[in-house]
Parts: sequence; C-alpha cells; structure tokens
Amino acid sequence: MTEVTTVDHVVIRFAGDSGDGMQLTGDRFTHDTAVAGNDFSTLPNFPAEIRAPAGTVAGVSSFQLHFADFDIRTPGDRPDVLVAMNPAALKANLGDLPRGGLIIADTADFTPRNLAKVGYAADPLTDGSLSDYQVHALDLSGQASAAVAALGLGRKEAARTKNMYALGLLDWLYGRPTENTIAFLETKFATAPQIRDANIAALKAGYAFGETTEVFTNRYKVAPAPVPSGTYRQISGNRALAYGLMAGAAKAGLQLFLGAYPITPASDVLHHLAAAKAAGVLTFQAEDEIAAVGAALGASFAGQLGVTTTSGPGLALKMETIGLAVMLELPLVICDIQRAGPATGMPTKTEQADLTQALFGRHGEAPLPVIAPQSPGDCFTAAYEAVKLAVDYRTPVILLSDGYLANGAEPWAVPDLASLPPIDPAFATEPNRPDGEFWPYLRDDKLARAWAVPGTPGLEHRIGGIEKADGTGAVSYDPANHEFMVQLRQRKVEGIASVVPDVVVDDPSGQARILVLGWGSTYGPISAAARRVRGSGRNVATAHVRHLNPLPANLGEVLRSYQRVLVPEMNLGQLAMVLRAKYLVDVQPYSRVRGLPISLSELAADLNELIDLTEEES
Amino acid sequence: MTTTTGPGLAGVPLSLTPLNRKDFVSDQEVRWCPGCGDYAVLATFQGLMPQLGIRRENTVIVSGIGCSSRFPYYVDTYGMHSIHGRAPAIATGIAMTRPDLAVWVVTGDGDALSIGGNHLVHALRRNVNITIMLFNNRIYGLTKGQYSPTSEQGKVTKSTPVGSVDRPFNPVSLALGAEATFVARTVDSHRAHLTEVLSAAITHRGAALVEIYQNCPIFNDGAFDSLKGADGGLIPLRHGEPVIFGPDNARCVVRGPDGSLRVAYVEDVDPAEVLVHDAHADDPGLAFALSRLTDTADLVTAPIGIFRDVERPTYDDLARDQLTVQTDPGERITSLQKLIAGGDTWTV
Repeated sequence: MTEVTTVDHVVIRFAGDSGDGMQLTGDRFTHDTAVAGNDFSTLPNFPAEIRAPAGTVAGVSSFQLHFADFDIRTPGDRPDVLVAMNPAALKANLGDLPRGGLIIADTADFTPRNLAKVGYAADPLTDGSLSDYQVHALDLSGQASAAVAALGLGRKEAARTKNMYALGLLDWLYGRPTENTIAFLETKFATAPQIRDANIAALKAGYAFGETTEVFTNRYKVAPAPVPSGTYRQISGNRALAYGLMAGAAKAGLQLFLGAYPITPASDVLHHLAAAKAAGVLTFQAEDEIAAVGAALGASFAGQLGVTTTSGPGLALKMETIGLAVMLELPLVICDIQRAGPATGMPTKTEQADLTQALFGRHGEAPLPVIAPQSPGDCFTAAYEAVKLAVDYRTPVILLSDGYLANGAEPWAVPDLASLPPIDPAFATEPNRPDGEFWPYLRDDKLARAWAVPGTPGLEHRIGGIEKADGTGAVSYDPANHEFMVQLRQRKVEGIASVVPDVVVDDPSGQARILVLGWGSTYGPISAAARRVRGSGRNVATAHVRHLNPLPANLGEVLRSYQRVLVPEMNLGQLAMVLRAKYLVDVQPYSRVRGLPISLSELAADLNELIDLTEEES
Repeated sequence: MTTTTGPGLAGVPLSLTPLNRKDFVSDQEVRWCPGCGDYAVLATFQGLMPQLGIRRENTVIVSGIGCSSRFPYYVDTYGMHSIHGRAPAIATGIAMTRPDLAVWVVTGDGDALSIGGNHLVHALRRNVNITIMLFNNRIYGLTKGQYSPTSEQGKVTKSTPVGSVDRPFNPVSLALGAEATFVARTVDSHRAHLTEVLSAAITHRGAALVEIYQNCPIFNDGAFDSLKGADGGLIPLRHGEPVIFGPDNARCVVRGPDGSLRVAYVEDVDPAEVLVHDAHADDPGLAFALSRLTDTADLVTAPIGIFRDVERPTYDDLARDQLTVQTDPGERITSLQKLIAGGDTWTV
C-alpha cells in the first residue's frame, strides 16, 4: 500500500534532451500545481543551441519547479526529485541532487552508445554508483509507446509521448489534478487528433502506472498555500512585462508602439505584443536594434507610447538614440532583459551586469530613471510604473529585467486595471506664452516639458539633438545655457525621488546588525535566505531597491543604521559601487556570476558566517 | 475630414485657409555657407508646401546629421533634427502611428548612404509612406571635407590625401536595388524640376527617394560641373516620352539588342530605336539600366527625373490594417482586463 507523506515543499527538476519536451512538461506540471493551490516558482534552463547534438551534455534542457504550502521566493537551489530522460540529463544534473534524492530515469535511452557519449563506462542505473539515492529506473519510453500502440503512430512519434507519460506519473506522485493538462492538449493538438489522443493516453497511462503498481511506496502531499483571495493565473516575467506595457498605454490613452529586434531572452515580449493586434498594439520588427529604438522614439514624437525591448548587447546599440531621447525629453520605455555578457556571453543564462550600462552608458550627462522588477509577476507593475514615469516626466526610462525573471513563472493575482493610478499625457494644445507663442521647453512643477504633438495647430516646433536654449528649445551653444540645461535635466530626474517610495526594511526582531540589500531578481534568494537564517534564531535585516535611479530618499539613512551592509548581485558589485560612491558607506559586495540565480542555501550559509563575524566584532 | 487627391497624402487633412510660402519660414536664421545649394532646395520646398494644400501642422520633417540635416529648423512645421543616419527609422515610427501626417526625411550622402545605409534600404524595401530628400554633394561638409560614399574614386581629401580607393554608390541604383516604389533624381539649381519631382514624390503613397544633386561651394565646389558640358550631360526622363537630351535634343538613349542602354546621336539611329521611358513598369530592370547611365566617376551624363513610380501597398497601411483599435477608453480597459486574465485562472 502506498503511503501518503505530507511535505511542506518540493523541488522537482525535469531534465532531458533539447527535443524531449522538458520545457512543456515542466510548464504543464506548473499549471497542474497552480490548480492544486500551491505557491510556486520556476526556473527553465536551456541551451542557446536550438538542437545541440542529441544525447550530449550540451544539449540538456531542464525545467525546475519549486512548490510549497507557503509563500516561496525562489525556484530552489537543489532538486528533491530529478526526472532524467537520458544519461546526459543524469550526468549534467546529478551534482545538484542531495544524497537521498529521488531519481526517476527513463532506461530506454540508457544504451551503451548514449552512455559512452557522455563518458559513463558502465550504466549508473545498475552499477551501484547511485546507491545513495532512491532510484526508479523505468522504461518510460517503452511504457508510453505501449500505451499509445493502438493509435497507430510511428515508432518515433509514439516514443515522443514519454514526456506526457512522465508528467502523468509525477501528477500521481504529488496528487496533482490532470484535467487542465488534458484540456490543454485537446486545444494544442486540435488539428492533429492522433497526436492529441496519444499524448492524452500517455498522460493517463503514466498516472495509472503510479496508481496501480507499487513501484513507489510513498506519495507526497503538499497542501495549498495560504494566499490573499483573488483571481490568480500563472505568469512569466516576459508576459507580465508585455501586459504592464499594454496597461500603461491603455490607461494613458496612447497607442502602444513596440520597436524591437529579435534577441534572447527578450524576444517573447515582442511575440506577446505582436499577438495583441486585437488590442491595437503596433509592433515593428526592425532591421536592427538602432532602428527599433529609433522608430519607438518616432512614435513617441508622434504622440504615442514608444517602447523598445532588448537585452544587453542591444541596449549598447541603442544608447545614442536613448541619449537623443534624453535631449528631446520625450517618453520612451526601454526594457533590457539582461543576460550573461559581455558580447554574446551566455544568451540563455541570467545576469544583472547591465546596471552600470543603464545608469551611465550614454555619452554626456544623460540621466534617466531606472527601475527593476523583483519577480516574474512584478514585471507587470514595474512596466506600468515605467510607462507612468516616462509619460509624467517626458523622459526615457530603462527597465532592467533579467533572463531568470523573463522565463520564470509564479502565481499572479490578476490586477484590477481600474484601480491602477491614472496616467495623463497632458498634451499641450494651446500656446503657453503670454504673447501667444509656444515654447516646447517650458516646464511644469515636475520640470516636465510641454509635449505638443504633430497635428496640433499653432504649436509647430522643431526639436533635435543639439543643445536647447532653456524655455524656447532653440539651438543654443551658449556655455552658461548648456551648464544650466545639463543641471536642469539632472534635477528633473532627481526630482522623481519625490514619487519613489522609501525603501522598506524587513527586520522582524529589530535586533539585526547586518542589512542585506538587493535589487531586481535577487529579491527571491535574499528573502528566502533571510527566512532560513531567521529560522535558526539569528537576526538579519533585508531591504529591496526597486528604483535604481533616482534611489529612494531614505536609502542613505537606512544604510548607515546597520553595522554591515551586504549587497548580493549577479555582477561584480555594480550597485555596491554606486552606493559606496553616493553614500560613503562601506557596502560589501556579494558577487555571483554563474548565469544562475544566487543560491539561497549558499547565501544563507554565508550570512550565518557573516553574522558570527559581526558578533565577534562587537 | 477632407484630403488631397494624391494617394501619398490621403488621410492628411487639408488646410482650411490658403497658405503661402511665408507660412513655412521659421524664425531661425539660416546658417548654411554662402552659395550652398541647400538654400535653393529650401526655397523651393517652402514654395511647394503651400501648393500641396495640406495643413501645416500635419507636416513633419525628420533629418539626421550633416549640413542638409539642419533643414527642419528652417521650416515652420513640426520637425526633428535627430542623430546620424537614423532619420528613416524615426520617420518609420511616425508614419506607422500617424497616417494623418505628411512625413519628410532630409538626409545627405554620408547620413543616408554611410552610417544610415541599413535604415535607408529597409525603409525603401518596406515601402513606408515617407518621402526622402537625399542631398548629394559627394562630400562630408559638416566635418570639413572628408570623402563620402558618393565621392568619385581617387578623391583627394584630408582623410584621403593620396586619393580615395573605394568605389562610390550610385544612390538611384541602390534604391532601385532595394525595389523602392518611387525613385527620382533632380538638381538643386533647377527649381521647376525640383518642384515637380518633390511634388510627385510626396503624393506617391509609399517610400519615395529623391536624390538631389547639390553643390558644396566650400569643400566640393563644382561637383556637378562636368554635367554642364557643351554636349549637355543631364538626361531628362519623362514617362511615356522618348529619352532625348542635350542641345537641340541631339542625343538620345537607345536600347541595344542585349537590352543594355547606351547614349547615341539621334541622327545616327533609327527613331524607333530611341528608348521610350516607362516609369510605371513593374519590373525595375529598365529603371536600373537607366540609372547605370550615371557615370559616378567623371559624371559626364546623368539621367534626372522620375526613374520609377509604381504602386505597391505600403508597410504602414498593411500593419495598421492588421489591428483593431478600440477608440472607447472604457472598452479598451475592459477587453484588456479580460486578456491579461487569460484562459487558465483559479480563484482563491
């Protein structure tokens, strides 16, 4: 008889060859988990090569899912369960699996040839080398093929249903409902009934295999997580970002115009917005990154909302145009979905090393607001805020997401659009001078300039990249005027601090001497690590910076009130450098640049050490 | 809303009151060098605009960087003096989002053909509804006299003290190679011709490229003097008319048995052999062959006029046709609310 063990959280990693459908399997298990009411966080991890040579370590694609009965912050460092579809997947992922972990391996692909390909002299499933793990070596491909035999598929096609068979087995093991995945398969393969039926049959067979055989002595139960009431959906960062941009444009009453050039990991934003034609979104796949931002700036000049999406290499190419946008003082939203650099770097891997590029990467004094979301769902809110800042202040805004947020997913409470703050483009429609003239560089109390769009009679004017005379916007080479304008543009952006919320410190005991400060996607690992540290009875404070420019007004005071400040970043200490320069506080960088989110267990261990050290000091 | 008859300006509202040249003169002092060909183009442009009948406020001029790119400052419409080479990209965003605007691009040989070459060919390929005036003076003027991508091979400048070694572009050939739907060439000093060509270009729906031979008296004076020889170097092209030119129309263009074109004396050929220009031919082959009569080295002959003028749906029209634009703000929010919820939700 199978026993049911209740656990509070589980991390599962599905791993296989790039063509094995691991991303789809993980995505569907996530959906099934969402329906079960758990909190979850996901980490897709795939090679840049679309189809690396089959069976090689380079071609391994994986999808990790962490789900729990409580509010979780990361996709987890180390899986409890590894589903390995071939020897390469086992080889590439075994190192992350703790002793005692569960391995479900598809024996069909453990052929001498495949074993040799990744350097296994003997079959690890049978040679005893995995004796420290709970190994379930099953012929998933064979069993899936048998389950769909009656449907008349070819041998290869039949074996391809092994991922759904594995999903069915995992659904049984963790008590996930399969109805949604069945409905999904019915829609996805509506035009290919044979494939549809085969996938559904394999899914059901996998579930039934768990239920009827006694291969597994334990099933696991993860209770639903308590969350605020509301309507939820699963959302990835890139989708949330696209929706946030659409919501901002809709609330501002502007057409959303996206100029973009395909680049990993930002292309999905282009895809989501290109699919939104029924919502009036205009997308332009440009000839290059420069044209993409140029066209977006043109759309803004024309009185719409110009947006461009890219990754680090593309941001570098766009910089001259962004500098022009700083000079023109027009709204423009630039989304950089950061990836590991420099140069091509590791396109499918995450990093946060574009912060200094975003802050300082333009020639001349070219300040602009920079904002970073902290989780996949938060990409919506950050994008909306970027639109609002761009429109309110007539400025380009850079949003820094990253590959982990872009492709990761979490449950998301669908926001009520009516309750979002209004965005008013407040176009100039009348002359703004007593003599009936229109001066495009007259400013409101926020220092935002008048925005008159073509088609408005009587307000015809010319703007350009040459320095502007204060007020009139006429070409000016006057030294004093240039200095004044440089400072004025700086003051305008600094003034945004008045609408930037204070940084909030989480220090439950009030006794912490160490503050861990994060930005962007490090929010998850930092808060999870702090929870672990506090769980062992120690004190640590955390805070998160969402606005990288201007920084929150109270930040200096917060930094100075702790004995130590640690700033974990997926770069070599870029925010730490800014904080040290701006506040003269001895901020300590904590750098990890492995193309992966910062490990919460490693960070927790390091924090414990640092706490010990700090206590010894005082 | 009333519109002009030219399809290129369809959707651009007409002015309720007649406009005149002065309405298009801005308060900025024109700062080109004395004798610069840009003055003539500016004056002609300001004379043409009122004739189009469209509202002044619905005209946008976008330029890049270079002497000619100062143009927008001097015309009292909406305008943007942008960055080097990027004007066609910026104009694309304007044209896509605002079909009610007449969008002009002002650029030069360095701006359009060197740093901005990629944007130029793609704007032409896509057939975005913009009109590009390419001022070709075959030199970099603003940076004080380096050779440009249209300078003749062997050009001696400060950056090529013993002569340039690279072959120049023929801008008309390049545009035709990108299958632009409207390609023309004119000359700064021929006011009537300039007016006629620019008028045809702006009323053409789609990307129009007009190369304007323009003299730079400071760094490349007399760049086009070789066309003013006794025999006459300019070959006027008129749709449906035989291609004859020079004093007393003594010379002509004939098509050889292999399809290639050459210049001949009318008296030496059978009148039936003289080429009749067809600017509306769908195949750009003939227009391209005509463009090759431009000798980019010594420049002794150069066809002027409209090489090609064909109808093809524009990129911006097609892109807009794919959209459903909700005009009611409330409905827009309601439908977006439904979209972001998606199909797979659960309620707690």
